[in-house]
Amino acid sequence: MVSKTENLPKTFCIKACDHVINRSSPKPGYFFRETLGRYYTTLCGSVIILLTVVMVAFVAIKGLTAFIGSHPISPLQFLFSTHWQPDASASEGGPEFGALAFIIGSLSVSGLAVLFSAPLAIAAAVLIAIIAPQSGENFIRPVLELFTGIPSVVYGWVGLSLLVPFIRNCFGGLGFSLLAGSLVLALMILPTITTLATDALQALPISYTEGSYALGATRWQTIYRILFPAARSRILIGITLGITRAFGEALAVQMVIGNSVRIPGSFLSPISTLTSIITMDMGNTVTGSDWNNTMWSMALLLLLITFGFIVIIKILGSQRTEKRGSNA
Amino acid sequence: MPETSEPIEKQIKKQKGQGVQLQKNTTDSASMTKDAARCGFCKSGNHQAAFFTDRLATFFFCSAGIFLVGLLFIFAGYIIYAGRDSLTFHFLTSPPRFMQKGGGIGPQLFNSIYLLIISSAFSVPIGVGAGIYMAEYARPNSVTRAIRLSLETLSALPSIVVGLFGLLIFINVLGWGFSIMAGAMALMILNLPVITRVAEESIRNVPVSLKEGSLALGATHWQTIWKLILPAALPGILSGVILVTGRIFGEAAALLFTAGMSSPHLNFGDWNPLHYASPLNPFRPAETLAVYTWKVNSEGLAPDARQIADGAAAVLIITVFLFNILARYIGRTLQKRGYSH
Repeated sequence: MVSKTENLPKTFCIKACDHVINRSSPKPGYFFRETLGRYYTTLCGSVIILLTVVMVAFVAIKGLTAFIGSHPISPLQFLFSTHWQPDASASEGGPEFGALAFIIGSLSVSGLAVLFSAPLAIAAAVLIAIIAPQSGENFIRPVLELFTGIPSVVYGWVGLSLLVPFIRNCFGGLGFSLLAGSLVLALMILPTITTLATDALQALPISYTEGSYALGATRWQTIYRILFPAARSRILIGITLGITRAFGEALAVQMVIGNSVRIPGSFLSPISTLTSIITMDMGNTVTGSDWNNTMWSMALLLLLITFGFIVIIKILGSQRTEKRGSNA
Repeated sequence: MPETSEPIEKQIKKQKGQGVQLQKNTTDSASMTKDAARCGFCKSGNHQAAFFTDRLATFFFCSAGIFLVGLLFIFAGYIIYAGRDSLTFHFLTSPPRFMQKGGGIGPQLFNSIYLLIISSAFSVPIGVGAGIYMAEYARPNSVTRAIRLSLETLSALPSIVVGLFGLLIFINVLGWGFSIMAGAMALMILNLPVITRVAEESIRNVPVSLKEGSLALGATHWQTIWKLILPAALPGILSGVILVTGRIFGEAAALLFTAGMSSPHLNFGDWNPLHYASPLNPFRPAETLAVYTWKVNSEGLAPDARQIADGAAAVLIITVFLFNILARYIGRTLQKRGYSH
């Protein structure tokens, strides 16, 4: 701490403390401002709580209207049926709202995306954090940070104009497919997971590495036996955050996935996800209709599954602190 | 001539001899360790295999890293290459045309920038305020824990859910209609957790001794925050805010149902915010560049949709890069001027 202040230009310190030194007696406004500042920042903090609570409450209320009211849809049918015929008339068997195909679609596309990107991301993180820390820190990491900011629409557009025709020519089919969706998402979450995994590896105490080397272990043995287990929960947190991001992505997926309502049979079959069906149908349906209400139920489902991911992250995080506690 | 060549030959011989000796040494040590007790790291006790695996792993990690960086470069290069023809002044300023070739992205670009400014005007004061609260005032109690949990929840929310919430509150309940204001509020919700975290971290990084010195001189807590801690934390906060706004520039899912998917005819000669056709009117629908990039593909009304999307994607990616460079530049120059630790 002391060395940090010594680095500060002296003029800055003096200038910054000017407000105290050059006043002999405090003005009456000082303590008013003190209270005001305290209240303002507390208010800002409360706004955040309020926003979250209001948002969850409103989406929950709106999402549950489909299951109550005059034509209630059975929640079990919504969750476990694959029959999605929201516009069928009563003579055709009545409108059916089974969202299982979307749920499985969302989970499979984001799960596959993580399967594609996590190994590559962790390998690159090892390169940045351990093998080439110099060029990793100066070159690869800034590049990755640059790419976390690229709009998802751009990923979707490249997927649509490059990847979809490529898949169509190489593997046949339409090109719009589960594979295209998960590859686009994999590329999208790659920088995120890599950055977080790098942080996880860099946060480990240097004594772990030194101790391992001193025992005669090779670098790979150190990485595999010491560093990976030690950084495991933080790397898993990074991967979970990657899934969360992939799961909630709407437009990039909607552009390449084909949007046909069915349970994915193969990598090449066009499917739908929760986000893609909301994107497509929310604007086309009448507010208050059953069809529209089920869209809100899907939004609620998205919210709940996201909460599930947050809980997983919390559990992983608490594991880490417990371990640290036992070590100390 | 032979005089000079002799020593060189000798040198080579010497080197060869050394090399042989070195090799001998390594084989000696390898055989020695083989005889020694089983090594804890190599289960088989075969060290040659361990070294080989190590080299293989290094090769694998290096190639993975190079592949990743190469992939990202090809990605960015492709977008800019594909959109190179569209990056003209005409494309950037002229309005899109209906069912005709040669439309531009002028209004969309303006909407994106305007939306970004309005949403930042709301999210920066609240976010920095909350950051100050978390770093300076928060005690380890249930309120602080609730704020942390809320921040985590907000930052993990899918942006389309935020957009739907905006649709529910600002459009259905408050009746604003698809408007810039509704879009700005949705973007604010997306921005808020990141700005709060950035502000909190920058403030926490300010050396404690600065704060203690100021308090010891008799300054109030708020004076210390306002005149000392905030200026010292400014580079971090500023570069974080610029990075976030760069990300918001490309946000589309949250805006589909809040700022809308249409842009009324804009009269760029009328700057009265109360007029409907004025670009500054905050209660008009406003399609942003990212939304337009998406819509032009799914609706396909323009015959040169592909070219427009290529151009718009290139503009988006270049803008994000510019924001990033600006953030780094500002962070560095302010630090050089001594406004930081």
